[in-house]
Amino acid sequence: MNLGDIALRNLRRRKSKAAFVLIGLTIGVSAVVVFVSLVEALTQNINSKLEEYGANILIVPKTENLSMSYGGLSLGGVLFDMKEIHEEELAKIREIENSQNVAAVGPMLLGAVEIGNRKALLAGMDFKVVYQLRPWWKFEGRLPEKGEEGILAGAEAARVLGLGVGKIVAMNGRKLMVSAILETTGSQDDQILFTQLATAQSILHKEGRISLAEVAALCAGCPIEEMVKQISAILPGANVMAIKQVVEGRMETLNHFRKASYGLSAIVALVGALVVLVTMMGSVRERTAEIGIFRAIGFRSSHIMKIILLEAGLVSVLAGVLGYLLGLGATKIALLFFAGGSAHAGHGIAVPLDPWLAGAALALALVLGLAASFYPARVAARMDPCEALRTL
Amino acid sequence: MSTIRVDSLTKQYGSGEAAVLAVRDINIDIPSGELIAIMGESGSGKSTLLTVMGALNSPSRGKYWVDGIDVYALGQEARADFRRNTLGFVFQSFHLIPYLTVRENVMLPLTPVKGKEKDKRAMAERALGRVGLAAKGHRLPGQISGGEQERAAIARALVNKPPILLADEPTGNLDTKTTREVMDLLKDLNSDGMTIVMVTHNHECARYAGRVLRLSDGLLLGE
Repeated sequence: MNLGDIALRNLRRRKSKAAFVLIGLTIGVSAVVVFVSLVEALTQNINSKLEEYGANILIVPKTENLSMSYGGLSLGGVLFDMKEIHEEELAKIREIENSQNVAAVGPMLLGAVEIGNRKALLAGMDFKVVYQLRPWWKFEGRLPEKGEEGILAGAEAARVLGLGVGKIVAMNGRKLMVSAILETTGSQDDQILFTQLATAQSILHKEGRISLAEVAALCAGCPIEEMVKQISAILPGANVMAIKQVVEGRMETLNHFRKASYGLSAIVALVGALVVLVTMMGSVRERTAEIGIFRAIGFRSSHIMKIILLEAGLVSVLAGVLGYLLGLGATKIALLFFAGGSAHAGHGIAVPLDPWLAGAALALALVLGLAASFYPARVAARMDPCEALRTL
Repeated sequence: MSTIRVDSLTKQYGSGEAAVLAVRDINIDIPSGELIAIMGESGSGKSTLLTVMGALNSPSRGKYWVDGIDVYALGQEARADFRRNTLGFVFQSFHLIPYLTVRENVMLPLTPVKGKEKDKRAMAERALGRVGLAAKGHRLPGQISGGEQERAAIARALVNKPPILLADEPTGNLDTKTTREVMDLLKDLNSDGMTIVMVTHNHECARYAGRVLRLSDGLLLGE
């Protein structure tokens, strides 16, 4: 028989008290697991949603001039001397430290073309990455394939120029067929005629050059500002900007939720610890005589502390395991309500078995259980054996 | 074999006008191997004296020596070790732990000691055999008689072979026949060289002692 056996026997004997401590700790731990799992699941969900929002980093040539347009409205038709970036420089983006977070790089060349007696903006782009950079685009027809000199016309451009799918457009002495018409997006894209990058470079006589590049960065686990710095370092001639409104707005909301969740977790965990403290204190008082006997027959104060802390530790381990499993189950149920209100919607957000979270739940239960039991254990260990025996 | 020396020992509870002198200026020398009975009326201070001799209750004044060790000069943990290694304590109400079997109760003083479980169990079996409870080690204290509980408490007190046994009214809750059995057992242990100090108000029990000390109002009246 050892001190652990005594602790175990006492737990079995005082089942209701042990159960009370177990329930208190389990609720505390499971609440923390629920909040952390929810935040993580929602973060992952938002991150994957953010990826669907397309490009979030813009690379433009450095210029000393200020923009003269606002909300798509150009003032005074001022034309600045536009600098360009060499297309091959973009390959360096794949070499930055966070290159694994780069989902797509979309070079774009902009230039004015004459169609009949009207001027229009022609944009050369890589249609291979269009679904990553412009996932919201919907169009009638099909995108021009590589090597094909086709046009994707913005809705407003098509209306003004009287374009339709299959119609031939003549620009700068070249004839291109309209292969698709873009549905209204509410953005500048509505005003533009899109074609393959190589076609635009050829029409505009700017082979190998681009006006800007868009980058779709996966934001999970990588601060976008950091990526901007890394790209700026390798492209010193370019101005690299994060399209922060989308990312930061959502991240800020999530951070508020995260803070509130952690605050609530701390409160619930504290209540759990208080339950343990009060119950263990009661248990120690009930066992005054028993502790007196132990001390009288030669148990050291440290032995008494060990017995009480072993009891708390055993219950805490069980509470950690139960708390994690219960928390995981509760998270799955909670997500059904969080993610869109319908039962089906919650199925879209996975709650993976996270060994780190399981370990953290176990550690949290142990820390809470042992910390809350430390004072009662100290009281028990410091009990005067003679006084304790008098209670018999 | 241990020599006990109590030197000008006084124990006071409370202070000021509420102060109570439980024992006053007690001097006792007990050579090793003696069986001593301490007698006195209720409230005479005999149990207080025993708890002081049991290293459980610090005296207000005076010294308590065992084999040249100033027991109350030891720190708390060292005094716990002293109790475990040098003293066996038999309480009036047995004080067995109800949720442990008789064998486990007997093994309790060995619990904090490093050693093989098998050896500890063998020591407990020997102690149980010595008090005639070898067949009842598996039972819980509530499943055996009062006399058997007292014998189990004695087995617990002698399991680690301490040189001194302190007994507080060891037969206080027992009938005449069982009292005799327990006293015969204590006499046997004393014959084997164990020093025994017993508090009792039973004259029959006191007859087993080689010396009887009488206390009244905390004062040692004489032998």
